[in-house]
Amino acid sequence: MKLTTSLLGATALCAATAAHAVDLEVTHWWTSGGEANAVAKFAEALNATGTHTWVDGAIAGGGDTARPIMISRILGGDPMDAFQFNHGRQAEELIEAGLLLDLTDVAEANGWKDLVNPSDLLDACTYEGRIYCVPVNIHSWQWMWLSNKAYEDAGLAVPTNWQEFVDTADELRAAGKIPLALGGQPWQSGGAFQVMAVALAGEEAWLKVYRDKDAEAVMGPEFTSVFEAAAQAREFAQGSNVQDWNQATNLVITDQAGAQIMGDWAQGEFALAGEVAGTDYTCLPGLGVTEVISTGGDAFYFPAQDDPEVTQAQKDLAQLLISPEVQVSFNAAKGSLPVRGDVNLEDVNDCTRKGLDILAAGNIVPATEQLLSPDTAQQINDLMTEFWASTDMSAADAQQRFSDIIANAD
Amino acid sequence: MADPASLNTLAALDPVHERTGSVGDMTGPRGRRPRRAFSRANIFLYGTLILVSVYYLLPLWVMVMTSLKGMPEIRMGNIFAPPMEVTFQPWVKAWAEACTGLNCEGLSRGFWNSVRILVPSVIVSIAVASVSGYALARWRFKGSETFFAILLIGAFIPYQVMLYPIVILLRELGLYGSLWGLVLVHTIFGMPINVLLFRNYFAAMPEELFKAARVDGAGFWRIFLQIMLPMSLPIFVVSMIIQVTGIWNDFLFGVVYTRPENYPMTVQLNNIVNSVQGVKEYNVNMAATLLTGLVPLIVYFASGKLFVRGIAAGAVKG
Amino acid sequence: MATTHEASAIAESRAAPARRPMRLFRNLSAKIASLPMVLVAVVIFVGCTVWTVVHSFTNSRLLPKLEWDGLSQYERLWSTPRWYVSIENLAIFGILSMIFTLAIGFVLAALLDRKIRGEDVIRTIILYPFALSFVVTGLVWQWILNPELGLQSVVRSWGWQSFTFDPLYDADIVIYGILIAALWQGTGLIMCIMLAGLRGVDEEIWKAAKIDGIPTWKTYTHVIIPMMRPVFVTSLVLIASGIVKVYDLVIAQTGGGPGGSSEVPAKYVMDSMFAAQNLGQGFAASTMMLLSVIIILIPWAYLEFGGKKRG
Repeated sequence: MKLTTSLLGATALCAATAAHAVDLEVTHWWTSGGEANAVAKFAEALNATGTHTWVDGAIAGGGDTARPIMISRILGGDPMDAFQFNHGRQAEELIEAGLLLDLTDVAEANGWKDLVNPSDLLDACTYEGRIYCVPVNIHSWQWMWLSNKAYEDAGLAVPTNWQEFVDTADELRAAGKIPLALGGQPWQSGGAFQVMAVALAGEEAWLKVYRDKDAEAVMGPEFTSVFEAAAQAREFAQGSNVQDWNQATNLVITDQAGAQIMGDWAQGEFALAGEVAGTDYTCLPGLGVTEVISTGGDAFYFPAQDDPEVTQAQKDLAQLLISPEVQVSFNAAKGSLPVRGDVNLEDVNDCTRKGLDILAAGNIVPATEQLLSPDTAQQINDLMTEFWASTDMSAADAQQRFSDIIANAD
Repeated sequence: MADPASLNTLAALDPVHERTGSVGDMTGPRGRRPRRAFSRANIFLYGTLILVSVYYLLPLWVMVMTSLKGMPEIRMGNIFAPPMEVTFQPWVKAWAEACTGLNCEGLSRGFWNSVRILVPSVIVSIAVASVSGYALARWRFKGSETFFAILLIGAFIPYQVMLYPIVILLRELGLYGSLWGLVLVHTIFGMPINVLLFRNYFAAMPEELFKAARVDGAGFWRIFLQIMLPMSLPIFVVSMIIQVTGIWNDFLFGVVYTRPENYPMTVQLNNIVNSVQGVKEYNVNMAATLLTGLVPLIVYFASGKLFVRGIAAGAVKG
Repeated sequence: MATTHEASAIAESRAAPARRPMRLFRNLSAKIASLPMVLVAVVIFVGCTVWTVVHSFTNSRLLPKLEWDGLSQYERLWSTPRWYVSIENLAIFGILSMIFTLAIGFVLAALLDRKIRGEDVIRTIILYPFALSFVVTGLVWQWILNPELGLQSVVRSWGWQSFTFDPLYDADIVIYGILIAALWQGTGLIMCIMLAGLRGVDEEIWKAAKIDGIPTWKTYTHVIIPMMRPVFVTSLVLIASGIVKVYDLVIAQTGGGPGGSSEVPAKYVMDSMFAAQNLGQGFAASTMMLLSVIIILIPWAYLEFGGKKRG
């Protein structure tokens, strides 16, 4: 603490001169090709302001690797200046402990309330009426990506919904393709399942389970059909021996697999591989059955700092991240949708257009991170990993265990 | 490495058949006379050593070969085949060009940081551990064994569990984020195993040496520096191997307890290996690993000489 | 350094009798020198253990905090199927890796301790895997054991079409696939420690054994190995502590798969703490790990340090 007070004193001396250049250290886990490309847009924009400098603190390995680092730095009293987090319920405790910077004044001065669309993105950043994070994009999970070439090779038409996909899966397999690519990481199994759930059971039943934690609804007929479909999908996924999500996406890109259920971030990989939506690959939001998208996404949080210079710079960065130009360039690279309704995405591809249309029509559901605690999500992921990997577990068993998890969810 | 010629001489020098069960043979185990080259025992020895070498070298072969191939060739399949076209590009990329996020400087970015972390951490941790081990072996005091038992149990605590309490501790000490904080952490976590190592080694030394020195009036430090140290080269080498390897390869502590300007090379290694740019660049991954492993490897090679000197020192006893 | 020429004297000396000081200030420099160790033992290991155990009774999520939650973290732990899989895997992996590492390490050290030429080279060959990070150890063995890329495909291309060796993709034997890589990585160090121990054995013992007409193998089993007891203890602790913590290798090789069949307790702890953000659950799991370690270690520690002094 002594150290910080002496630092404070030192900076107070220099504070007389206005608009200080500050190096802003930003920690994130965006390191795959498309992601790194997108984050560079932020950095370029910040550096272009001429005052502050973006110091990149990329940690590969996803949130599970980066999270202990972020929390340690914050607990240790030597935090980075900004960090990426999925918004939702994850950061509540940090806010309660007073470790995060309150952005309410920036938000009010710049009218974030009116800009951010849909508004629940900002709600996810709001805690007891104060705003603590800046949403930067909308990511939705509810997509199936299909390789046109794979189906062409097998002499099949590209499916337009889940049922057609199921009907053609065996023929696709016979043509030497894996019908459904699925990586081995637990979150992929959990994610694929919840997409199937909302698409096949419908929004109402899905919300009953995921939002209201209604264990009875899990045992109902809607979810029974979801579990049966998942058991089928398990057969289709046999043979995709990859771990990472983008390796699974790569199976679709290289036409070795017919389809993948994955969030819209997969588009970044297609784009990087030079594939064109509509010609090389097809996307089916809501598996072509229930066209909804969830409005999860990424957000940046800013740890509270003692130095007013740094605090000001953090606020500058927050405003920059949500500014129209940055929103357009970043989201185009990332394959996600911008968080503000007033920007025009020039020449968006087919799939992004579909997403924007669904968003405009208001067919949105909350993201699971906003509904489930990470703890519950982890249990579901574990169950799904086990279920997808072993044919021993029947759909009914999985359903029963899923129901138990939902009954105990917090 | 495992070329037949050296195995041949090796086998000739080594009368292993005694181990394989010819009970009546009274020849000393360290005999130097060459034996028949093709006895059954020698064939057994050949077999063992060849198998062992293959098992240990196979992954290295795969790594080196892969690191010299281009990506198209890797995609074609056979991981054991030597490259049809040798390229050093993956090595260049791993060292100087690979990107993580926005930094495209490869491993070179963290190399000197790793050295700066390694040197003080190894010296401090081995110094502390050897003195503690010596005290435990020869100068027991009331409760010393209890502390030692606690220390040993500490070796079994998954270190992830101690992540946050140590963050808090370092913060209170004012060391959080500094290089010395990290040195302290490495010293702490290296302690259980190294203290055990030194304690057991010193305890196995002849009691008479120690007694004689005590009679001569030598104290704690003099006995340690003048009698114990010169005789304990092999164990220092083992301890150094453990510490150098552990500290050099550490990722978690380096990234949790320091600031980015001090991040060790393993952070870049993790970023190269774990961030997938569409297709995993296996050749760059392998080159990066081999490059990262070079420092411990050099230490192993160099320590071979110390090992031999350790034997020489030990032989004085006889 | 004319110490001793009798094997028995050396054998005796391995157990140095404790020197118990009469006064507090006797051997002061020894006590001062032990201070860092004492501090680490008390402040870090006892302190952190207590801290962990205390927090395992709370519902700490993202940040550690003291909100009491009784035994519910433990109830939850012992009703989680994944935890049982983890323990079972650890037991199989632990016992096998203990046996194999000790056996291989000792045999290799004994082979190398015979004044052979090229010892440096061979020792380095055996030791070098220890220098490589787990991430890539995992990756390489993942390849070699991959049915389409590695050993299986090579053997099949030689004409043995029915040859099957795909441990990492078979839930029943996946833990053995991890064991193969773990042995590759870890035996070298144990061999080195054994070698250091063998080098500490007096030449005279060998001479004496030779004169007495004791065969080599018997000298090893009856004289050398008992003498090397401290070395074996060191190795055991080293292996065991590695086993309890086995985490990185599983992550790199299988990520816990297929279908969670290669989960281990340390991974459960990590995932609970940082992925599920349920610190309390992670602390409860690590408390159980610690408890089992203590149950195993205490009797041994009592025999080793407590009780009557040998020698």
